[in-house]
Amino acid sequence: MTTPSTEKAVEPRPQPEATPVSQPYWDALREHRISIQHSPSADQWVFYPRLLAPGTLADDLEWREISGAGTLYTFTVAERPTAPPWADRVPQLLAVVEWDEGPRVSTELVEVDPADIRIGMRVSPVFHDDPESGMTLLHYRPAE
Amino acid sequence: MGLRGDAAIVGIAELPAEKKQSGPPRFTIDQYAHLAKLALDDAGLPASVVNGLVTHGIQESDMFAPATLSEYLGMPLDFGERVDLGGATAAGMVWRAAAAIELGACEAVLCVVPGSLMLPRSERRAPASGSPLWYGASSGKYGSPQAEFEIPYGNVGQNAPYAQIANRYAAEFGYDPRATAKIAVDQRTNACSHPDAVFHGKPLSVDDVLASPMIADPIRMLEVVMRVQGGAAVLLTNADLASKARNRPVRVTGFGEHLAFKTPTYAEDLVRTPIARAADRAFEMAGLERADVDMASLYDCYTITVLMTLEDAGFCPKGTGMQWVNDHDLTFRGDFPVNTAGGQLSFGQAGMAGGMHHVVDAARQVMGRGADAQVADCDTAFVTGNGGIMSEQVALLLQGE
Repeated sequence: MTTPSTEKAVEPRPQPEATPVSQPYWDALREHRISIQHSPSADQWVFYPRLLAPGTLADDLEWREISGAGTLYTFTVAERPTAPPWADRVPQLLAVVEWDEGPRVSTELVEVDPADIRIGMRVSPVFHDDPESGMTLLHYRPAE
Repeated sequence: MGLRGDAAIVGIAELPAEKKQSGPPRFTIDQYAHLAKLALDDAGLPASVVNGLVTHGIQESDMFAPATLSEYLGMPLDFGERVDLGGATAAGMVWRAAAAIELGACEAVLCVVPGSLMLPRSERRAPASGSPLWYGASSGKYGSPQAEFEIPYGNVGQNAPYAQIANRYAAEFGYDPRATAKIAVDQRTNACSHPDAVFHGKPLSVDDVLASPMIADPIRMLEVVMRVQGGAAVLLTNADLASKARNRPVRVTGFGEHLAFKTPTYAEDLVRTPIARAADRAFEMAGLERADVDMASLYDCYTITVLMTLEDAGFCPKGTGMQWVNDHDLTFRGDFPVNTAGGQLSFGQAGMAGGMHHVVDAARQVMGRGADAQVADCDTAFVTGNGGIMSEQVALLLQGE
């Protein structure tokens, strides 16, 4: 899903930048793995990455790998670009996926006809490497 | 816990909504002063009574906003407050001001929200470089969760997340586009009886709404607020000053505030919004029932916001809002008047002042000054504010004396 070089966005699309707390998440994505945090004391999965567990502020967050499989919690088909960097990328298939472990993640759907998108459908991760920034974004497509 | 209902809104001000501003550009401190004067004149009270002030911040100074305003206005303060709740800021200002008055911290508090983006431009200095304007309510700063986990996926702005909320609602309860369209239509009818509304004189039909372009499925263009230039303000005082003011005092008798997330992806339940808890607390505090409400001034950035607020604030059971809207007349002469000056959808959204529109419209009705759009026997108004993306919400109950 890299953008063909013939297409030129009005503005460059902003890329994420890992922080001291989130570094393991982005490191794993670069290897096409998904690793999120878990708090054993609260028996709770956590996303996005935190320093301390949300709710309890327990200092026991540990990184665990998950499959990334989940269901589509909600989505929209944006016919107008949400901001100038996506002017050449409409419709945007903006989605929220609920991982089987519980937390939700913001993403974009790919490899799907907008008319076929259904809330509750099973979805699988698609890893999108951005060579320029060296970051990998996590997209989703309908599960096989 | 709660307000006694001693503090009251005694003066209101709202500039006519303008697509293109007719007056000269003004700094936000100038706009604040102008709106403050209008609210004081409306109350018939002198500037010298003011010893409290609330602001959401000023363009001219990133910090020290209350002190800068105190100095600029020449008003020494015993209560200087800044509120940062997005579209819930205005409602949040009102209950904080009422609480400060009831505590005896101060006697008269200005709550002013400038709403013009037209600021004088320096001829000597380039505009400060910062995040591009399109970041809007999302922070692109390093370390911001939105910069890292939302913006890279294009999840920015308001339209798409509200559409995600609407689609989730549809999946759980069903969706009737004619019902959400009717909200816009009824409010437009109200705007046609309120001369200051930007869409005054421009009636609208359900078919017009359904024929407007799709912005983010299922939200169409005429279900989205129109940005205008304007501004709004209220003056709250204690009972002693209220008795000397010109208008029927509008007592603040109940409030609730609830916030739990910034980005809806992380909401515990996307279709059961924070206004539910806020409204319950407000009604309990005021000792009122839903049936006591004579008009509702509901934050309406989108039609789906109004629909879900009607449900979550307890005016109809969850999941029945679409049918309820079809069964009720939301115009000022209807059985459940909502946003009687047009709301932000049809009066216009003067930026951050959009939230204050709902406070002013409710107070105007309770004061009996709704003119052509006056609700008969309006003694009790319910007001909501909504910031972020249904992420921070405030409920108020206002009652005539």
